[in-house]
Amino acid sequence: MLSKRIIPCLDIKDGRTVKGVNFLDLVDAGDPVEQGRIYAEQGADELVFLDITATADKRKTIVDLVTKVARNVNIPFTVGGGISSVEDAYAALQAGADKVSINSAAVRRPELLDECSANFGNQCIVLAVDAKFIKGEWIVHLVGGRKATEVRLYPWIKEAVSRGAGEILFTSMDHDGTKNGFANESLKEISMMVDVPLIASGGAGSKIHFKEVFERGQADAALAASVFHFGEISIPELKAYLEKEKINVRIN
Amino acid sequence: MSKVVIIDYGAGNVQSVRFALERLGVNAVLTNRADEIRTADKIIFPGVGEARSAMDQISKNNLHQVIPTLKQPFLGICLGMQIICSFSEERNTKCLEIFEEKVRRFRVSGKVPHMGWNTVNLKPSLLLKGITDNAYFYFVHSYYAPICEHTIGSCDYDVSFSAILEKDNFYGCQFHPEKSAQNGEKLIQNFLEL
Repeated sequence: MLSKRIIPCLDIKDGRTVKGVNFLDLVDAGDPVEQGRIYAEQGADELVFLDITATADKRKTIVDLVTKVARNVNIPFTVGGGISSVEDAYAALQAGADKVSINSAAVRRPELLDECSANFGNQCIVLAVDAKFIKGEWIVHLVGGRKATEVRLYPWIKEAVSRGAGEILFTSMDHDGTKNGFANESLKEISMMVDVPLIASGGAGSKIHFKEVFERGQADAALAASVFHFGEISIPELKAYLEKEKINVRIN
Repeated sequence: MSKVVIIDYGAGNVQSVRFALERLGVNAVLTNRADEIRTADKIIFPGVGEARSAMDQISKNNLHQVIPTLKQPFLGICLGMQIICSFSEERNTKCLEIFEEKVRRFRVSGKVPHMGWNTVNLKPSLLLKGITDNAYFYFVHSYYAPICEHTIGSCDYDVSFSAILEKDNFYGCQFHPEKSAQNGEKLIQNFLEL
C-alpha cells in the first residue's frame, strides 16, 4: 500500500540550515547535507531543501547544493527557493534533484508551470504556496510569506494543477511556527479539489498533529522543520506512533 | 575490476544512478556508444521522461538493435524497464520487445502519477537476496507493465502490476532503487554481484 510520507524541510542560507519561526527570526541548525543524510537513515521518506540565500548567481548556489545532496542522500529530494525559469529547473534536475518546487515565480508568471511540466513532466514540478487567512479568505503570499498578493488560494491551486503542477506544498502562515497542528480543514478542501498529491506544511508540534493531518486533512505527506531539527520529535518514534494509530507509514 | 556502464541518452536520473553507484564504491562509465556498452560487465539503463522521445534517442545511436543482443546482466530502471517491454501506450510507442508485455497507462481511482513509497511482494531471485518480502521502494510513474510469468516483484495500486521483471540476463524495476534507501542499495549491490 502506498504510504503517507514524512518530510523534514531544511531551509538553507549561505550553505547552512536555518529555520524561521513564523518565517522571520533565523536560528542556525547545521550542515544541510549531513543533516539530510541523517534524516534519510532515520527513515525520512523525502527531503525538501529551500535555499533562501540571496546571491547574484542563484542558479550556481542551487546546483552546488543539489550536487552535494544527491551524492550523499539515498532518498528523493526537492529543491526550491529560487527556481524562476525553465533553465533553473533544468540545472537543478540535471544536478540530481528529483523535483523542483516553484513558489513566487509561478505567481508572477504562471506559464512557467506549463513550460516546466512540458519539458520535464509534471511529476517533478511541485507548486509551493504560502497563504494567510485574511477576512474570511485564504490569500497567497510571496517572498517567504512577507508580501501579500491579490491571489486567492483555491483558484490558484486549481489553475496551477491544470497548468502542470504535479504536487502541491501548502504552508499555512497562520499555523507555521505555532506548533498547534496543521490547517486540516483547508488541506482537506485542497485534497478533494485536485488529483495530485498534497504536502501539508506549517503547524507541526506533536505526534498527534501528524495523525490528524493524514486523517482529517487527507494530506499525502506532512512536512516539518523545527520539531525535527531540534529533536522534539524523532522520525523513528513518529513513525512507530503513526503505525500504531493505523496510519500507513514506511518502517523498513 | 568490473566495468559498469550507465546508458546515457539524456534521461533525467542519470546523475542519481551514478551517485548511488559511487556510494557503493563503483565508478560507472556514462556512455551512449555501442562499443562501450558491448564490452561492459554490467549495464544499467536508467529512465525518467517519456517513452517515444527515449526510443528516438536510443535509436539515434543504434542502441535499439544493440540492447536486445546483450548477454551481460542488464538493469532497466523505471522508463528503462518500460522500454525493454514490447510496446507502451505512452504515445503508442513500439519498444524493444525483450519482455512481451505491453505497458499501459494507469486508469485508477487514486492519484496519477503513482508517487511515493509502496510495498513490493517478492519472489526468490538473486537480484533480491537479503531483501525482506513486502519491502518498500520509491515509485514515480503513470504507466505500468502488467503481471506476467517474468514478474519477480509485484505491487498494488488499484491494479497489481510488475514492479520487478526478470528474464535471462535482463532485469527491470519500475521503482527507483537509486532513491529507495537501504532496500534500493541492496538491490543494486545484488545486481553488481550477479
